[in-house]
Order: sequence, then structure tokens, then C-alpha cells
Amino acid sequence: MSGKKSLGRFFTENAVVIIFLALTIAAIPPSGLSFQYIIQEMITRLGRNTFLVLALLLPIFAGMGLNFGMTLGAMSGQIGLILAINWNIGGVEGLLFAALVGTPISVLMGYICGAVLNKAKGREMVTGYILAFFINGVYQFVVLYMMGSIFPIKNPAIVLSRGYGIRNTLNLENVRQSLDDLLMLKVGGFLIPVATFLIIGLLCVFVVWFKKTKLGQDMRAVGHDMTVAEAAGVPVDRTRIIAIIISTVLASFGQIIFLQNMGNMATYNAHDQTSFFAVAAILVGGASVKKASIPNVIIGVILLHVLYVVTPRAGQNLFGSAMIGEYFRQFIGYGVIALTLVLYAWKARQGAARAREGLRGGNSATAAAGTAAADTAKGGAK
Amino acid sequence: MAQQGPLLSVEHVSKEFYGNIVLHDVCFDLKAGEILGLVGENGAGKTTLMRILFGMPVIAQTGGYKGRVCIDGNEVNFSNPFDALDAGIGMVHQEFSLIPGFTTTENIVLNRESMKPTFLNEVFGDRMSVLDRPDMKKRAESAIAKLGVRLDSDMLISEMPVGHKQFTEIAREINREKTRILVLDEPTAVLTETEAEVLLVALRNLAKQGIAIIFISHRLHEVIQVADRIVVLRDGLAVKDTAVAGVSVRDIASWMVGRSIAAERLDAGEKREFGPEILSVEHLWVDMPGETVRDINFAVKKGEIFGFGGLAGQGKLGIPNGIMGLFPAGGAVKLHGKPVELDEPRKALEMGMAFVSEDRRGVGLLLDESLEWNIAFTAMQIHGQYLKPVLGKLLKIRDEAGMRKLTLEYIGILDIKCTSPSQKAKELSGGNQQKICLAKAFALKPDLLFVSEPTRGIDVGAKKLVLDTLHKYNREYGMTIVMVSSELEELRSICDRIAIVDEGRIAGILAPTADIAEFGLLMSGEKTEAVQGANRG
Repeated sequence: MSGKKSLGRFFTENAVVIIFLALTIAAIPPSGLSFQYIIQEMITRLGRNTFLVLALLLPIFAGMGLNFGMTLGAMSGQIGLILAINWNIGGVEGLLFAALVGTPISVLMGYICGAVLNKAKGREMVTGYILAFFINGVYQFVVLYMMGSIFPIKNPAIVLSRGYGIRNTLNLENVRQSLDDLLMLKVGGFLIPVATFLIIGLLCVFVVWFKKTKLGQDMRAVGHDMTVAEAAGVPVDRTRIIAIIISTVLASFGQIIFLQNMGNMATYNAHDQTSFFAVAAILVGGASVKKASIPNVIIGVILLHVLYVVTPRAGQNLFGSAMIGEYFRQFIGYGVIALTLVLYAWKARQGAARAREGLRGGNSATAAAGTAAADTAKGGAK
Repeated sequence: MAQQGPLLSVEHVSKEFYGNIVLHDVCFDLKAGEILGLVGENGAGKTTLMRILFGMPVIAQTGGYKGRVCIDGNEVNFSNPFDALDAGIGMVHQEFSLIPGFTTTENIVLNRESMKPTFLNEVFGDRMSVLDRPDMKKRAESAIAKLGVRLDSDMLISEMPVGHKQFTEIAREINREKTRILVLDEPTAVLTETEAEVLLVALRNLAKQGIAIIFISHRLHEVIQVADRIVVLRDGLAVKDTAVAGVSVRDIASWMVGRSIAAERLDAGEKREFGPEILSVEHLWVDMPGETVRDINFAVKKGEIFGFGGLAGQGKLGIPNGIMGLFPAGGAVKLHGKPVELDEPRKALEMGMAFVSEDRRGVGLLLDESLEWNIAFTAMQIHGQYLKPVLGKLLKIRDEAGMRKLTLEYIGILDIKCTSPSQKAKELSGGNQQKICLAKAFALKPDLLFVSEPTRGIDVGAKKLVLDTLHKYNREYGMTIVMVSSELEELRSICDRIAIVDEGRIAGILAPTADIAEFGLLMSGEKTEAVQGANRG
């Protein structure tokens, strides 16, 4: 019986991953795409997205949920890239320059975001989401009006014809895939951007190491129970701000990696869905609002993006319209976020109900098992 | 370290909150290696005294305290709990302050982890050091060994039995090298008897190693078993400070609850007769935070006033809240022999029960609405009263005139001080608000009325009026009343039987005329002869 139970538990714990695995496998044959193509796409997208998704980990450790405020970091990275293009700094140097510019901006943004979230404890996710909209307005003001008028922008290729403001779409020709091409290996017919993967690997090592530091331990403590951590003298607010700052800085690097792979940038929209895709990916990978790990990130990126690759084709072949697959993508993204949040709330209630069982009759102070036994005994006696 | 004078001395400490005296000239000493039992009813001042000792900010915010607290003969005045920790005072709280997802070790050394420096320390400070887990484990295990109990240092707190959690908390305090005084607030409240035994032995162990302990408990036999000396607080006064040798549980109980004024019965000499059983409750459990009910069985006869007393946090408040469906509950509750659906406040009201909540401003009143609305609201919702049909019964509108008549009637009966029936409820004083709550319940014409803490936070005159009103409704209309109160005297003045709730169960049911010490014993979880006799009979 316990075997059956643990199997059932396995399914409920991993419900999201299993549903997605099934969906993806089901969508592959009707898409008519070759495995060769799908795997190459998967490798490319892994390099493109993983860094961004990893940026979500620390706030989850610190109990702040999914950091929708990471969009702030993405915007900082974009400002770095705009300046790199402006001064014509190409190649990996251009990316480094963009990161260098993006870091102080994202530290500031992270601090603001963290300070705001500290005022909204328990409602971090929706606060971060709305804050991202607000900062988006500030970003548009800076890029659309101040660049070229207050900040000198010399490169005519990126300035609007009216003389100030940045064009809608930027060609990132100079830095296009410069990180990916730095060390591109061809293994068995697949192109592997080794340098990008090395950087992602480095970040993974950092995350693992970080969890072992005092700050990492404090973050876990804060994530589990703020009041207890506070009572033990852990600076709760400061720790939470640090978690958000690190996440925001990582998001700015992640956005730079993402955009160098894409090769062009929609100046005013590129960051719109950054947090949405990253959050959907980590959730598809089996993470929850309270718990996430590096494997969750990697599995999530693979599953979500393979699904994204195959569904438009599958839609085209099955229903004669690629749009259906396109709708399906959106539907899946929002659907998985809603589903995970509902599942999380449901599990929390189950936990509360289970804890409540300990109250019933019998000897309450013993473990729940003891109580159950006592109840059965009492039932038998009646 | 041979200490000559006392380690801790509390000298003439007084404290008042907004003119309300909660501690008055309390003095006691504590020597190294001594265990001091501190006992008293709720509101006797134990918590306030510990807050002063621990430098809780709330004390300074409310005007500080008078008198002196000295450690090693030097006066101390802590501004926050961390100062107290630095001075060597450790505190184990009533509720666990452990992180469930952490192991025993991680909890014991929480925020005092052993660390190894890394290159990043230069730039980002100490928090970038790596944890030294083997050393943390070693330190945790040495603290556990000092306590003399068996505890798995790698187990997650969430998977532990309650007793082990308590040990982990204590181990955390003694892991601080400086800790010389340990304060334990009701450490055995959640433990089974065997776990409590082990804990008491562990405390003696610690005392032998020179740690002074203040042991706060309502389980008096444990106090006698473990303490060297006891201090009894009553109404802010240290009424007794004596060595434990030769003191009995009964003595302590009577010191704790003894009042100079005897309860005054409203019905001295009256012969009471009751109808058939109206309410029966079997195996009731209620998950009300802070007032957990575990297993309650009782029955009330028609026309009776049944009282529930007991210390705060033992579950007496959970009983009416659970039966009325305000908190998750289970068990078999029958009214007039018909089962009551729990978790459904509407059903409970429809069956003829009404509830005057202890949470007057939260549950009891519509603060921003008129008195008319407040009094008629539940009757309107449940019985469809004070509504009149219009347009050939298609619609129902409020019967304003009826509501006003009802309100004026109750304003008269209960002597509610207000400017008019349309005054807002929030503008009334606490006592008058309580009368509105009662009027609202009476307007339902219930068969059975639950009243919870009916006199909490209202002045003496209003108290008497509320109790007189309950008494009158019981006698004149035969309304059955179940009354929950923290004030024993109040219960003894009007109830026909009084049940004392301890740890979510009924410790015993007594007649209001029973000896005051009997009540004290029941609150301390002791079985008394009188109760055993009554239960048998």
C-alpha cells in the first residue's frame, strides 16, 4: 500500500512536469519536424534562455516567490546594449561593456525593487509584476526622450529621424552571437555554443556555492520563516534586498546573452515577456513558489521550448493554421503559471488539513501516526 | 566560578500600562544553579515580568518600569532582546521559534553558524564566508550532550515529535556560551507526560552545571518536582516567595487564585430545576489558532447556565467558535437531539443557537453601521424578519419602522447609552457595544446562547449590568446559556456548573460553590478528589 501511496505522491509532486512531458511527446509527431532539427533548436534555446531562468532561483530561496521584477534587470541590460551599439563596441567586448553598464543600473533597480517588496511582504509576486510595468514607463521615458537629447547618442543608425529617441528595432549586428561563436563546437552534426554553456555552468556553480555561504543560509532561513530568522538576529529586510539585487543583476546579464543570440532587439518590447517566459520555464520544470533547483531550471527550459518549437508546426499540420499553435503557446505559458499557483495553494491547504488531524481525540502530543492508531483503537472499542 | 551574591535580582519592580497596574513592587533573587518556579494565573504579571527581564521594546514604548533589575549586582536596562542575550539571558518561548525545514543542527546554531572565510570576505564582508558544517554539528551535539538528552542532530524539525522540538529550543539557548540564566515559559505545555519527565531531568542537569533557571508553568506538580524555590504572582503582586520543600500543590493553587472577596451569588439559596438535555457535545475538536480544542465532551440541560473557565490558550474560547462554525471543527454536536452541521455558521444560527463573540469589534459588530442595523441584522438574515414584501411579494424591502421599534425596545431593556438608534456602533463605549452584541443575539430569540468573554474590556458597572441581563434572560425566558470567561469570579457568580478547560480537554466540572482551590488545581491539570467523586457519581 505504501508503494502505491509513494507512487501517487510522486505523480502529484511532479504533476506539472509529467503533463508537459506528455504534451511535448504528443506534439512531436504531428509537427513533422526531424529530431535533428528539434535537438539543434533545443541546444540553441538552452544557451539563449537558461541564464535568465537561473536568475529566478535566489528570490525563491529567500521566500519571495517568483521574481517578476526581473524585468527591471532586463531593461538595465538593454540600456547597456544600446550604449555599446552607440559607441560601436563590437564582439565579446561589446557584451562585456553592456554588462558593465548594466550592472550598476541593475543594482540600483534591484535595491529599489527589494525595498518596495519589503513593504509588501507576502504579496511579492503581484507587487513585482506591477512594479515592472511602472519601471517600464520610466525606461520608455529615458530611451524615447532623454537619449539623444540629454544623453548624447551619436550613432545615426539607432536614433529616430527626429533627432532624439531610439529606433523601434535595433540591429545588434556588431555583437550578434559573438558569445556563442566564441567557442562553437560541432559535435555529431550539432552546433554547440560552448562559451555560453560555460558561463551558464559557472553560474550554476556559483548558485551551489552560494547556498553554502552564511548569506545563503540566512536566505534559506528567511525563506522558511521570517519571524524566526528576525528573532535570531538575521537582518531579514537586508537579506531580502540582497536576494533581489543579485537576481536583478543576473537578469541583466541574462538579457544580454538572450539578445546577442537573437541578433536584434525590439527596443520597447524585448523585456515585456522576459519574466513571463522565465517564470513559465521554471514552473514547467517542476519548481513551485517556495522550492526550486537547478535541475528544475534546465528541465523547464528544455520542455517549454521544445513545446514552443513544435506547436506552431503541429497546429499548421493538424488544423491548417500556424496561428492555432501560436495561441496555444500563450495559453500554455499563462496556463502553467495559473496551474502551479493553484496547485501550490491546494497543497498548502492539504498540509493544513493533515496537521489538523493531529487534533482529533486520542493523545495529541504524540506523533500523528500515534493519534491515528489511538483513534482506530477507540473506534474499535465502541 | 563561585558566585557570592545572587546572579539575578529583581528589586521593587513595578509596571503599569496606561494607568493599569500589572506589576507592583515585585522582588526576588536567583542564584546560579537554582531553579525558580514562577506561577500565577493569566494576567498575574508573569509575561510582563519576563518582558522586562528580556528588554522587549514594548516595555520602553509604554513608559518603562520602576525598580531595578541587577545581574551580578550591577543594574541592567536592556533596550532590546539582543542585549539580554548578550548579558546571558536565554529564553525559550511558549510557541516554537524553530525553522521546520532546517535540521536540528541548523536550528541550534541559527545565525551563530561556524564559518570559514573566503576570498570574497574582503569585498562583501563576513556573510560571504562558507559554513563549516562539521564544526556546526560538533557544537550542536555538545549542546545536546550538555542537556543530557538523545536528539538526532541531522533530523529535520518538521519530522520530529514535539518533545524533541522543545529540546532543540533549549539546546539552542545553551549553545550560546554566555547563557547563564534560562527562562522557560510553559515548556511542558505541549509535551506528553514522559517527555515532560525527561525535560525536567534535563533541567536539573543544567542547573547542576551552574545555569540558573526560571521555570514558568501552570502544571504545579512539575513546579514542585523541579524547582528549588517558587514565587507566586497574583494580580501583579508577588504574594509568596518560598522554598519548595514542604509545599503542596494545593497550597500553591490556593495562593494563585485566592481572592479576599468571595463570589457573590445572585441567586443565593434558589432551588434550580432544569429541563431535558438541549445540547450534547462529543469528541469536539476545533482548530482555532491559539485556542485549540482537542477532545471535549459535555451536555447542557434546558434552562441551565453552563460556564467554561480555564487559563488563556487552553482552548475554552475554541468551544463556542467551533460549534458555531467560525473555525474548522469536528465531532458530534447535537441540539435537541438533532446533529449540528459544523463549519456552517448559518446552519448553527438557523437551528436556534446564537453567539456573542469575544471578538466584539471583529465578529460581533458592523462598526460603521447604525445600531438598528446591528441589532436587526442577524434576525433579518436568518429568520427573514424585518423585511416586508412589496409589488406582490416580488421584492422584499427593509422594514425600517420595525427595526427602529426593536432597537428602541432593547435600548430600554439594556440601558444602552446612545444618542439615537441611528448612531454608528463604533461611536459607543466598550460596555455599550457589548450590550448591542447581546441585543443582536437576543433578537434571534435563540434556544441556546453562547457568550464568550462577555465582560472583557468593559468597566465594572457595565460588567454587572451584562451579567444581570444574562441572569434575567435565563430566569425570565428560560434561555439556556453557555458562558466562556477567563474570570472565575464571574463564572462563579452566575453559572450553575463550571467546566475548567485544560490543554483542549475538560479537566473537570465543578459546582460554583466548590472551594476556590479546587478550581486552581483543575487549571493546573491536577485531578481533584471532588471531581473524581463527581465524575463517578
